[in-house]
Amino acid sequence: MNRVPTSFLIGAALSVVFVAAAALSFLWTPHDVTSLVIANRLQPAGGDFVLGTDQFGRDLLSMLMVGARTSIAVALVAVGIGITLGVPLGLAAAAARGSLLDEVIMRGNDLIFAFPSLVIAILITAVYGPSATNAIIAIGIFNIPVFARVARGGALSLWTLDYVLAARTAGKGRLRISAEHILPNIANLLIVQATIQFSLGVLAEAALSYVGLGAQPPLPSWGRMLSDAQTMIYSHPMLAILPGMAIVMMVLGLNLMGDGLRDMLDPRLRRRRQ
Amino acid sequence: MIRVDRLSLAIHGTPILRDVSLSIPKGQIFGLVGESGSGKSMTALSLMQLLPAGAKATGHALLDDTDLLTRTEAQMCGLRGNDLGMIFQEPMTALNPVQTIGDQVAETLLIHGESSRAAARKIARDRLDRVGLQHVAMDRYPHELSGGQRQRVCIAAAVALSPRLLIADEPTTALDVTTQAQILDLLRDLVARDGMSLLLITHDLAVVANMADHVAVMQRGEIVEQGPTADVLRLQRHPYTRGLFAASAHQPDRVTTPRPDVLLSVENVIRTYPGPRTGFTRAAPIAAVDDVSFQLHKGESLGLVGESGCGKSTLTRAILGLDPIQSGAISAFGHPVTPQMPNTVRAGIQVVFQDPYGSFNPRWRVEKLVAEPFHLLPERPRDARDRVADALAAVGLSADDMHKYPHEFSGGQRQRIAIARALITHPRILVLDEAVSALDVSIRAQILDLLADLQNRLHLSYLFISHDLTVVRSITDRVLVMQAGKIVEQGETEQVFTAPAHPYTQSLLAAAPSLDTIMERSDATLV
Repeated sequence: MNRVPTSFLIGAALSVVFVAAAALSFLWTPHDVTSLVIANRLQPAGGDFVLGTDQFGRDLLSMLMVGARTSIAVALVAVGIGITLGVPLGLAAAAARGSLLDEVIMRGNDLIFAFPSLVIAILITAVYGPSATNAIIAIGIFNIPVFARVARGGALSLWTLDYVLAARTAGKGRLRISAEHILPNIANLLIVQATIQFSLGVLAEAALSYVGLGAQPPLPSWGRMLSDAQTMIYSHPMLAILPGMAIVMMVLGLNLMGDGLRDMLDPRLRRRRQ
Repeated sequence: MIRVDRLSLAIHGTPILRDVSLSIPKGQIFGLVGESGSGKSMTALSLMQLLPAGAKATGHALLDDTDLLTRTEAQMCGLRGNDLGMIFQEPMTALNPVQTIGDQVAETLLIHGESSRAAARKIARDRLDRVGLQHVAMDRYPHELSGGQRQRVCIAAAVALSPRLLIADEPTTALDVTTQAQILDLLRDLVARDGMSLLLITHDLAVVANMADHVAVMQRGEIVEQGPTADVLRLQRHPYTRGLFAASAHQPDRVTTPRPDVLLSVENVIRTYPGPRTGFTRAAPIAAVDDVSFQLHKGESLGLVGESGCGKSTLTRAILGLDPIQSGAISAFGHPVTPQMPNTVRAGIQVVFQDPYGSFNPRWRVEKLVAEPFHLLPERPRDARDRVADALAAVGLSADDMHKYPHEFSGGQRQRIAIARALITHPRILVLDEAVSALDVSIRAQILDLLADLQNRLHLSYLFISHDLTVVRSITDRVLVMQAGKIVEQGETEQVFTAPAHPYTQSLLAAAPSLDTIMERSDATLV
């Protein structure tokens, strides 16, 4: 009986590879990514440098490993911001459906949605200067309304169910019902959304770094590796292909994992498969 | 005519139907009765070839000379809508909410060769007239119609091309009794006029008794008995048929000892909802419960009947202290009932809901579910687990069941768990909101017995809310009849049922299909 979906296995395997590489980079990388040795510039793959070097003589494999760390850290914290702020807001809006609070929360969400994330990121960096931290904040802010909406939508349909009425006749308040009955039953929606937002966070970090608003040198990032490779793309295409493939594989892995997770977490789907 | 010969069906290797054989002559109504899971709907879907993936049907299903089981999907598309029409239980979900009713009826005609849109719409208008929607415009959307009107639209679309066989799968189960009577009349009339065959699938013996020429009783994928309706229902040769009959007319054993003490008193209660938005202003508020007064005594079982939308549920929610009321007063055990009432009062009024599937958090085990109302007590009792076990025992489940999840139980067992949860705080009033409406007749009889037994032992007072008059009659001492937010009649149950005073009560009783009439009629015909 194939109880774990194949898509989840593939996605999880890809994700684990990147997370392991990122974790390993804290302890060890094949070469130092901060030292520029011009003598080693543009080495081909193989030999001392497994994937070759860039135009400054940095080892590409080491850069990809540390870049994975940057991507994961930025996306993880940004999704964390979105969940910790967005989910309670969405639950509160659903619990107080139709009230002023609901309107304020949801119209506030609309306001954030109305601005393109890149514009806000440029605004933040214009005020506070470009850095990985500011990229995290900019991406995180845009995750809040996404999670608030998913949480509210899922919660609204649950609030009409009899078991919520039963909990109310058991004297439980809205806060308690939200925590005990609503949140666990929308958890699968949130987990799936989190993996999607995580992959979007990886993309957003790469985009911000590409235009120079994300991680700053010397900290390597996949987005900046792409922009550095821009001028060399005809002579040394691997410089662009490698970080590009890293981004694609990571996003694909996360999406596949999210898909598989949904299949596994939904008890109704689980029962149907058995 | 249609002739089904030894139809068997398996889905992914699991046998669903075994050797189902039946035949429906032209212009006749064939009733297929049975409890949920007996294979009634699967029989119908086999004829339509609308089976789920992995299904394998064997045998023959001959519509005149065509074997439906050997047709390809493309050939079936030509037959469906043309020679085979089907009506489903839930008219809201059977219609497309973003298409006008005229277009939906015309669609069938266009697919099956009507050349122009204008001509199709003209015929569609005629079909809508025939199903009694003369005064409803073609450009209405489904949500603008009542449940009964929607079902009429479904029928109009199904009979648009005068099919040879019409399949109606629980066509009136989602409808009120007065609407049900009208829809059944319409179907009977269409069959008589067009000479089509009607396969009527229902769980309700009284419906087939009054409709069908022939009836087949299904149990676990097999037809256990079939024949002319009067014979089958009167002779009841098969034990399962006898069981169904006994369960339908089941009378739980009750010792009624209502005492004069008033436990719950409802005085001139008005509950309004804000009117619909009209631009920037709102229309006048709508009174869902309008000046309702009654009292519930200790040990009494009080029925509340009325059709959907009459305000039963709104009143229930007010009595449970879930929603505020705009005027009047509700008091229980001498305390006012409001959303802010203290937990000690709340613990005295507990509720059992209709849907045995939506009543439980699917992620909790039974122990936690049943123990939830302990939240109402000042502190969680130390013997909580023993009390859960006792409550489960009281409703006929075992103590080991507390470690299971709700999806591991059947509908009837879940309703027992819901009753256990309601009883855990030893309430004095139990509100039963359509508590047996979603159950099969045999399960319903068991739950009614359980309720009667609990009342005898624990001296509970019941507020029994239902649209099902037979059930209310079997379990209540007094009954309230509600229409459009008002109580139009109240009195002793037997008296209200035998000599209804209000015209609305009379029409409800007249519309309810009854098994008694067919028995009398068949007495006459058999002689």
